[in-house]
Amino acid sequence: MKPLLATVSRKEAGIAVLGAAGLAAAATLPLFDTGYYLSLALNIVMYVVLCTAWTLFSGPTHYISLATAAFFGIGTYSVALGIDHLPFPLLVAIGFVASSVLAGLVGIATLRLSGVYFVIFTLGLAELVRQVVTWAQTNFTHGVGLYVFTDFNETHIYWMLLGLAAIVYVTGWLINRSRLGFAMRIIGNDETVARHAGIDTARAKVALFMISGGFIGVVGAFLAPRFAYVEPPSAFNPMISFQVVIMALLGGTGRLWAPLLGVIPFTILFDQVSAHFPNHTSLVIGIAFMAVVYLLPRGVIGFVDDMRRLKRKFRIVLAEDGAAGKEHAS
Amino acid sequence: MEILITGIVLGGTYALIAVGLTLQYGVSRIMNLANGENLVFACFGAFWLWSTFTINPVVGIALVAPVAFALNWVIYVWLLRPLVNRARNRGQLEVDSILATFGLMFIAQGVMLLGFGGGYYNYNFLSQPIAILGANYGLNRIVALGAAMVIAGALYLFLNHTRYGTAIRAVAVDPASAGLVAIDVPRASAFAFALGGALTAASGALLSTFYTFNASMGTLFTMKALIIVIMGGVGDVRGAVIAALLLGITETTVASLIDPGLTLAATYTLFILVLLFRPQGIFGRHLA
Repeated sequence: MKPLLATVSRKEAGIAVLGAAGLAAAATLPLFDTGYYLSLALNIVMYVVLCTAWTLFSGPTHYISLATAAFFGIGTYSVALGIDHLPFPLLVAIGFVASSVLAGLVGIATLRLSGVYFVIFTLGLAELVRQVVTWAQTNFTHGVGLYVFTDFNETHIYWMLLGLAAIVYVTGWLINRSRLGFAMRIIGNDETVARHAGIDTARAKVALFMISGGFIGVVGAFLAPRFAYVEPPSAFNPMISFQVVIMALLGGTGRLWAPLLGVIPFTILFDQVSAHFPNHTSLVIGIAFMAVVYLLPRGVIGFVDDMRRLKRKFRIVLAEDGAAGKEHAS
Repeated sequence: MEILITGIVLGGTYALIAVGLTLQYGVSRIMNLANGENLVFACFGAFWLWSTFTINPVVGIALVAPVAFALNWVIYVWLLRPLVNRARNRGQLEVDSILATFGLMFIAQGVMLLGFGGGYYNYNFLSQPIAILGANYGLNRIVALGAAMVIAGALYLFLNHTRYGTAIRAVAVDPASAGLVAIDVPRASAFAFALGGALTAASGALLSTFYTFNASMGTLFTMKALIIVIMGGVGDVRGAVIAALLLGITETTVASLIDPGLTLAATYTLFILVLLFRPQGIFGRHLA
């Protein structure tokens, strides 16, 4: 086997340099502003990680996962429950493992079956975990709310999320070139073919869903200090699941970085709408879903690709016309 | 015994929603995640008819259900049929219809939030007690159960003993073959979708007589109805009714014996058992 670095193509190296530069530039933001813009950027990076982790699984499989809020909440709770007893990095690791385990269980129950079962199961998952957590807290502990006091401010959380974004991108790239990624592409194209080629499709899907769920749990863990006071309805907010789906699909799921194109405009739009028209947020999400289905079925990235192809075709036609014109003249 | 009767009343309401959904998914092949919004819309409709014109909610069904029928017909023909025509395979139609009906769900919720606000509503209708086997129940609940049984019975007769009902069942089995025996498949799909919406609306009108409702509770009902549909077997009306009663009784048992906050956990336990042991539904046959 060749060493990893020797197999990196020139184009990939270029993207890596560009990505690293972008990340470094983004990391300097807290030097200029620690108020509104940092807060907005933090939301954007949070959704970038959530949507990219979501796309890791839902991109190749076309399964619409609505479990994001459940994994997120589990990550938040891992930190909130243990912050007085254990160091923060350990709690983040626990959040990763706990979310992965839940993803594994959900995967084993539903991923052997068709996609509809999976959607329905994940639709209520956050609500289910919320009910169980609330019930456990009211019966076995003193109260429902938990305080999370740490030394972290928004700048630290922002940097941690940027670092996580880099890890998720590298993981996504590694998966893509691994046997698992190759198997997922075949499954996405035709599951029957994949099964006949000897791929254990259920196991591959469960493995990927566990990785994706684990990262989402880590985001929840990082965000716990920002909440400061954690209770089940805020940690397991089902809107997060829907927002992640809509942003990822708006950007497009064909490429690892495509969700970026959906996250940035939608987060800014949603921020403005919830600030000025707080009663219209459901309407905005609804219209965004409709827009994705009817106008941009492959997301912004699909639209850009179409435009490029059209332009290339146009150029070829022009060149042929030009050549034909010359022939005609001579 | 009390648990059993309360559970059956709850299950009866679930049954109508689930039957509506199973028609929409089984016949029209649309996984309609906005179906719960039909129910909420009907709750508000019945509330409005009762408080403004003092029209009895059971009679109000005669007004609410046709409106829901027309609305769902229009939604199917304008919004969902283009997706059916565009889809290259069943999987793509599923993804598209799930996303489109999510959009519809949020738009409907947004409109109802703007119209009625986020508050909880209820009204008094037949709220005197009635004694059955020594225990007291709200008369409105018993009336709602009776009306639901009448509607379900009428639907059963329509599907199994009329010509058009048979055509609809044929489309549920195989749309391509149904077309070969001169059934207008697009029209039957639209009809089944609209009928499903109307049934859900009818159950909403009945539910509103004894249940406190608000503009954003539709999703929870959609989810329970979906679980019932899968438990009963997709497209199977009889299975949906039995699964709904089972779910109603289980939820009531858990709520009264363990904790009212764990009803969803009970639902999911049933759901997981079905997924693990009978993913084709309680009455479903094994697929080859």
